[in-house]
Parts: sequence; C-alpha cells; structure tokens
Amino acid sequence: MSEPILLAEGLDRSFGGIHAVNDVSLEIPEGSLHAIIGPNGSGKTTLFNLITGHTRPSAGRVRFAGQDITGMPYSKVARKGLAKSYQITTVFPLLTVFENVRIAAQAAEHSYVFWRPADRIKSVVRHTEQVLERIGLAHERDTIASNLSHGDQRRLDLAIALATSPRLLLLDEPTAGMSPTETAATVKLVEELNADVTILMIEHKMDVILSIADRITVLHQGEKLFEGAPAEVKSHPRVQEVYLTGSL
Amino acid sequence: MDQLVSQLLLGLVSGALLVLLALGLNLIFGLLEFINFSHGALYMVGAYVASYLAAATGSIWLALLVVPIVMLLVGAGLERTIIRPMYGRDQVDALLLTFGLTYVLIEGIRMIAGSGGRRVRAPELLDFQVPLGIGRPIPAYLLFVVLVVALVVGGLWLFLQRTDVGLVVRAGIRDHVMIRALGVRFDRYRTLVFAIGVAVAGIAGVLTGPITGVYPEMGADILILAFVVVVVGGMGSFWGAVAAGLLIGVLVSLTTLYASVYAGIVPFVLMILVMTFRPRGLLGAT
Repeated sequence: MSEPILLAEGLDRSFGGIHAVNDVSLEIPEGSLHAIIGPNGSGKTTLFNLITGHTRPSAGRVRFAGQDITGMPYSKVARKGLAKSYQITTVFPLLTVFENVRIAAQAAEHSYVFWRPADRIKSVVRHTEQVLERIGLAHERDTIASNLSHGDQRRLDLAIALATSPRLLLLDEPTAGMSPTETAATVKLVEELNADVTILMIEHKMDVILSIADRITVLHQGEKLFEGAPAEVKSHPRVQEVYLTGSL
Repeated sequence: MDQLVSQLLLGLVSGALLVLLALGLNLIFGLLEFINFSHGALYMVGAYVASYLAAATGSIWLALLVVPIVMLLVGAGLERTIIRPMYGRDQVDALLLTFGLTYVLIEGIRMIAGSGGRRVRAPELLDFQVPLGIGRPIPAYLLFVVLVVALVVGGLWLFLQRTDVGLVVRAGIRDHVMIRALGVRFDRYRTLVFAIGVAVAGIAGVLTGPITGVYPEMGADILILAFVVVVVGGMGSFWGAVAAGLLIGVLVSLTTLYASVYAGIVPFVLMILVMTFRPRGLLGAT
C-alpha cells in the first residue's frame, strides 16, 4: 500500500498553556476528500496552520508526499504542492481576477527564472485561463477582484489555490457566508475538483460535509473526538451531542 | 516673463531627477518595508562612477549604459548581504544600518576622489541651446535629462504593469504574506526590487553630473527632498511620486526666483501641510 499523501502524527500546539490542538493525527490517502468538522474554537484552523507551516507545532510531525515538512516555512511547503484557500474574502483586492490567478500560476512554475522566454509566459497565461474556465470565472477575468460578488470572491480564492497545481488542497470553510444556491454550486465544484486533487476541508455546514466527504474527522476542544465515514459520524452519539449542542 | 519660463523649466529638470530617487525609495519601501537611508549615497556613488567613466571616454554616453548595470549589481549585492538580515527587525535597525552605510560611502569616496568634487562635461553632441519660442533658449542637455527620466519612468511603469515579475511586485506591495503562501520565492523579488531602485538612483546620478558636478555630499541634500516627495505623493503611489517630484522641483525653483530665502523651506512646509490635511499623500491609497 502506498503512503498517504498527508500523514500528521501527534500534532500538538498550545497557546499560553491552552491546548488549541492536542495530539491529533491524520492520514489522508491520495485522491480522497477528507473533512474536518467541529464547533467554533475546536482547533480546526490551527490544525490547518500546523499542516501548512503557518504555525509551528509544539510536538508532532507532518509528512507530505513522503517527505517530512514539519517546521518547514510555508512558502516552501506551498512549492511542494500543498495549497490552502483562505477564509479571508479577497486575496489581492485591487488586481483583476485574471491577475490574481496568474500570480498563483506563476508561483507554480517550479524552475522559475526572472527572464524567461515568451513561450513559458504563454504557458502561464494558458494555465490561468484554464483554471478560470474550470472555476467558472472566465467571464469575470478583467473584473477588479474587490468588485466581485461575495460568492465569486470565494470562488476566486479557490481558483488561486488551484492555480498553484497542488497535490493537496486545503479548504477552510469554502461555503462560509454563501447563499444556499452558491453553496450548492461550490459543493459541486469541490466534488469535481476532487477528481484531480486530494482535498482536506474544514466545513461548518454538516449537510455539505455528509454529502461529499469520504471520511470525516470530528474535533472537539482541540482533540480528535471521532473519525469515520459520513454515515458513522452521523449516527455517533457523542458527535451529535457535541455538534448539536455547540461547544458545551 | 522670460525668466519665469526658464525657471519653470529648471524646476522641472530638478524635479525629474527627484522623481527618479523617490520612485526607487517608494518601490523599496513598498515591497521590502525597508527605509533605505543610503539611497542618496548610492546615487552619489553612481554619479562618481559616471564622472570617472566620462573622464576616461570623453562623454557620459558609456556611463549611461554602464552605471545602471554596475548599480544593479551593487544593489543586489547589498541586499543579499547586509540588508537582508534587517527584515522583520525594528525599523530603527534599518535606519541605523543604512545611515552607517551612507557615511561609509561618503568617506570612502572622499578617500578615493578627495573632498573637492569633480566636474563632469555634458556630451558635446548636446552642447547647444534650444530656442523654445518663449523664454530664453534652454541647454539641450537639460531637455535630454527630462527625456531620459521620462523613458525610465515609463519603462518602470510598463515593467510593473505588463510583466509577470511586475505583477508579483504589485501584489507583494499589498500583501507579501499571501504572496509567500502561494509559494512565490519572495526573496528573489526583494533582491530585484532593491537592485532596480539603486540602479535608477544611479541613472539619476549620471544625469546630475553635468548639471551640478559631483561631490561627496550630493546625496544627502537630495535624499531628504526625495523622502519629502514620497510623503507628499503618497507612500507606495507611483504617479504620486512623479507628480510630487515635479511639483516640488517647480515650487523650489519658482521660490528661488521670487523669494530665494524661502526656497529651502518650501518643500517642508508643503510636507507638513500634506501630513496635516491629507496624510495619505496627494495620490496615495487610503
């Protein structure tokens, strides 16, 4: 059996004596769609930051694509093929949609040199256009990002992450603040993307997760409460208790 | 009337040179969040290199080509060695470091070239007066300076707007954490932008030589004004720096004509007014 694309072992992080994440392990096989759920403050975002290198773990290790990336700077982690979409709405508000995605596409050119021939630039442009097409933002390519609707801004965020040609895509609440229609469209998009890329996502909306995830990890107060297939999570009494009654 | 027109043109020329320094400062501050106090001294070094090249070859043509390249390398070398460790540290550290560098450069030039300064001849090809129809004829060299500045400013603008490197620089000025999170090798962009800023200062140095000659302290005077230009134009604003540079050049020049004792304080009064009533600068973003 091949090694999972992402392997986190015993991740731990405390802020001022409080464990934000406490001994959490994850195993994400290539091609899967894995979700992390949990009430507010359960450590989901911190766990993401530990994986991407934005925050250093107090203990534990992260392996990505067969390589130890624990403590590696996030810029380097990104170049290895681990992309994260952000909860912040717009990435570069004053640039056009096309430019936003293009920056990410450029960054993905691994042997990047400053003075490169025109055909390499063309390949970046083509890649950018493909991503926009795929995400459904091609018609907005010259719109200044801050003028997009909220739903489109979130999709732009997704397009940027996708443009770095990641092997693993981390999505932090991709449907946050979206209307039911927008949510449905995004869920469909995430499912489509999963055909090519492994996805690890944080999500608040239970129904969204249950319909698309292969496997779900439930976090509660920084600890792993339960992990299993959607059906198991749904029927697990502790999960219901924690999730339905909030963080109590 | 004649005098007014002449003085106006002289103001535009000195303003244009200010613009080159201010744009470099602005770009470096924008992307690197680094206040380069040694920018004026580097401009002076460029001017001296040009003065020796001009003495050896008889004109500044070669210097116009060579000095930007030399200063590009000097800038890249400085960024990779002594500037880089300052990132993320207190701004005071950056100020002290580049303040020190300024005096090392000034004293270094004094040791090599003496304290007296050097004269630089304008190219023979441009040694004639251009009649403008209004006012007195203007030396062709001054028009040439304005032309070169316009080309450099236009080139920088196209570089920022049209190239993929420029795109990352613009985005990085807004949010460099995000740029890095996408996997961009941000350190290379920092080196490049610092080097470009220094090279542009070098070009300004080359152009200044035939107007005022070169002397060790030439950078100190213009640096302060360049900072004023950046503040008045708006931190991070490209066209703000251009507009404010020309404006201050002209204002100083006209004040010299009508009330010369006040010429020295005009830029600073303007800066105080801008900081009080429009802190983001003339064209600065909110």
